[in-house]
Amino acid sequence: MKKWIQKHPYLFFLLPGVILYGLFMIYPLVSALGYSFFSWDGFIRKEFIGFENFRKVLREYPYKEKFWKALGHNAKFFLTTFILQTTIGLYIAIQLNKEKPVMEFFQAVYFLTYTLSMVVVGFLWLLLLNPNWGAVSQFLSLIGLEKWVAPWLGQESTALNTIILINFWRWFGYPVLVFKAGLQSIPQELNEAAIVDGANKWHLFRYITLPLLKPTIIMVTILTFIWDFNAFELVFVMQGSSGNPHYSTDLLATFFYRTAFGDPTTGAAGGNIGVASAIAVVMLIIIGFASYFGIRIMQKSEIEY
Amino acid sequence: MKKFILFLTFLVLVLVPVTNVIAAVGEKGVIELDFWSWRTEDIKAYQKFISEFNKEYPNIHINFTAYRNTEYNTILATALQGGMGPDIIQLRAYGGMEPLANAGFLLPLDDKIPELENFPEYVLEGATSRRDGKIYGVPFAVQHVLVLYNKRLFNELHLETPKTWEEFLNTAEKIKNAGYIPFANGTKDAWTLETLFGGVAPTFYGGDEFYEAVVSGEKTFESEEMKRALEKILELRPYLPRNYTGVGYTDMQIMFAQEMAVMWVAGSYEIGTIKQMNPAVEIGAFIVPGETEDTPAYSSIYVDGSYGINADCKYIEEATKFIRFTASQKFGQMFTDELAQISAVPGVEPTDKALREVVNVANPTPFMMLTAFRYGEPSGSTLLQNELQALMAGTQNIETTLRKIQQGIATWYEPFKK
Repeated sequence: MKKWIQKHPYLFFLLPGVILYGLFMIYPLVSALGYSFFSWDGFIRKEFIGFENFRKVLREYPYKEKFWKALGHNAKFFLTTFILQTTIGLYIAIQLNKEKPVMEFFQAVYFLTYTLSMVVVGFLWLLLLNPNWGAVSQFLSLIGLEKWVAPWLGQESTALNTIILINFWRWFGYPVLVFKAGLQSIPQELNEAAIVDGANKWHLFRYITLPLLKPTIIMVTILTFIWDFNAFELVFVMQGSSGNPHYSTDLLATFFYRTAFGDPTTGAAGGNIGVASAIAVVMLIIIGFASYFGIRIMQKSEIEY
Repeated sequence: MKKFILFLTFLVLVLVPVTNVIAAVGEKGVIELDFWSWRTEDIKAYQKFISEFNKEYPNIHINFTAYRNTEYNTILATALQGGMGPDIIQLRAYGGMEPLANAGFLLPLDDKIPELENFPEYVLEGATSRRDGKIYGVPFAVQHVLVLYNKRLFNELHLETPKTWEEFLNTAEKIKNAGYIPFANGTKDAWTLETLFGGVAPTFYGGDEFYEAVVSGEKTFESEEMKRALEKILELRPYLPRNYTGVGYTDMQIMFAQEMAVMWVAGSYEIGTIKQMNPAVEIGAFIVPGETEDTPAYSSIYVDGSYGINADCKYIEEATKFIRFTASQKFGQMFTDELAQISAVPGVEPTDKALREVVNVANPTPFMMLTAFRYGEPSGSTLLQNELQALMAGTQNIETTLRKIQQGIATWYEPFKK
């Protein structure tokens, strides 16, 4: 034993990390998995019921409808964010990569929103978008576009898109930063050689920048996926735990929260730990699988210069 | 040296607990009780109540802690589950309290608090578990849901409280023409729609009679009475604020407190908050009138919550003393005076003018979903709130709205399963 320890002294240095990680990550994960196989009476664990909670979430009223709807919203959340950041975000990153002093200023400006807490962002936009006295509606009225003023957060048709855009407003400084770092690691010689061969700007982007940036884009996409499938705060702060109006901004995480703890604003509903744990496990599976395949693809496309 | 350090460690380890014990004993049997609440805005008032209690029982220290309203249920449930709950607990009412009682976290109070005998049955129901019929708390406040109005603006516009539905709509029209918002009600926050329903619907579904018919399963939510009630609620839409689907609860409070809106279908609990926001507002109340002057009109009533005792409490005797205090006339009077709420203690008269008016004009019938349909999932409240939101936004019609409510409740409510 003693010899073994002397041979592997580094294990001791790993211990604090492992303990913390185990206590705050592994244990809750495993216990949620355990909870999902039991029936619950309020906060008391009852008997083992196998996959019954999962069946409820995926197949039974009222959970089924809410689950698939929320999953759809999460997918839309991710896809919209993904499309916006790999077009607008990438374009901005390429512009920022040009060595002009003013770009550093813009870089800081774009990243600034990312440093704000999600809850602050939520309250801020709640005030800005107030249809009666918010700054946005005031501004629109001022320039004669009063007709455009709408209860963006109160209409089923616009609420989710508004939330997605607000999230993008806060988040996009991050992908821009990572894209820029990726762009800087592309050796300049490649571009120069291509120019000598007669390549134009589009060719440079299409055949040099994009393929070499692929691992970075995939990595950012994985992170976006994880983040967007766990999104919660913005909807909770701005639209409440039931994803007002009429569940149109309901996400998997708000659905989970509501199912686990009931409706805490008015106490209109009680909690169901078992079903909620099943939702959490399903979320974990979705995110886990997507991340795994994402990382596999990323590793395949990695480039060494 | 090594031994000396060991000795020091020993001293610290042994003496710290010992001195703690000495300190505790030194204060001559002072007992500390934890008291949790969700009323962050009432901390000062509760300090007053507690110091009044301490005049009689100076040796019982009560540590009052208030958590954010929206987080309270979660924090409390988690703490109780982990055996870390407070001794005295402010409890939600009806289905919000029952799971805690059924899980065995609460002490039954039936034989411990003789004062409970004086409380009316419908008030005690808010603190009774349906499973065992025992009472788990002393109710502290009742709330009425009706129409609050701005008296000064009513005078300014030469308006009188309406006697029929037609007059009611005419009043709203006049207010609108004068440039004010007739009703402060918005629909962005789903839960506020249950309040709107509670204020308007009972007059049109016919109060207690329909309530009892629906509770017994004789009638469903798809009946004519409910259709009529929802039709009437929809007639109010032209008189709600501009872009009302984007008007949330805080906006509603601001509109009424800043005298932008003249009427508000709301709970009596708003009176205290509005007075804090703008003490100059003079608030009156009336109930939504029926088709003719002779049609009986109703407002909704419910119990807000109660004070209970943790079943694991170490000092049950002392905690009971405090709970009995909350059932006394003295506490009830202080409660209504300090907080501008209607005390649940029988015989207490509100000193506040507006509250007295509420109590005088009210013709209460139980607040339907909260009092009877919050005992299963999906709860009647969840269904009503969210389906009504879609109805008000115009994305769903009355038939669909009522069908969804009925189908949802029928999944767990036994009388509907037949």
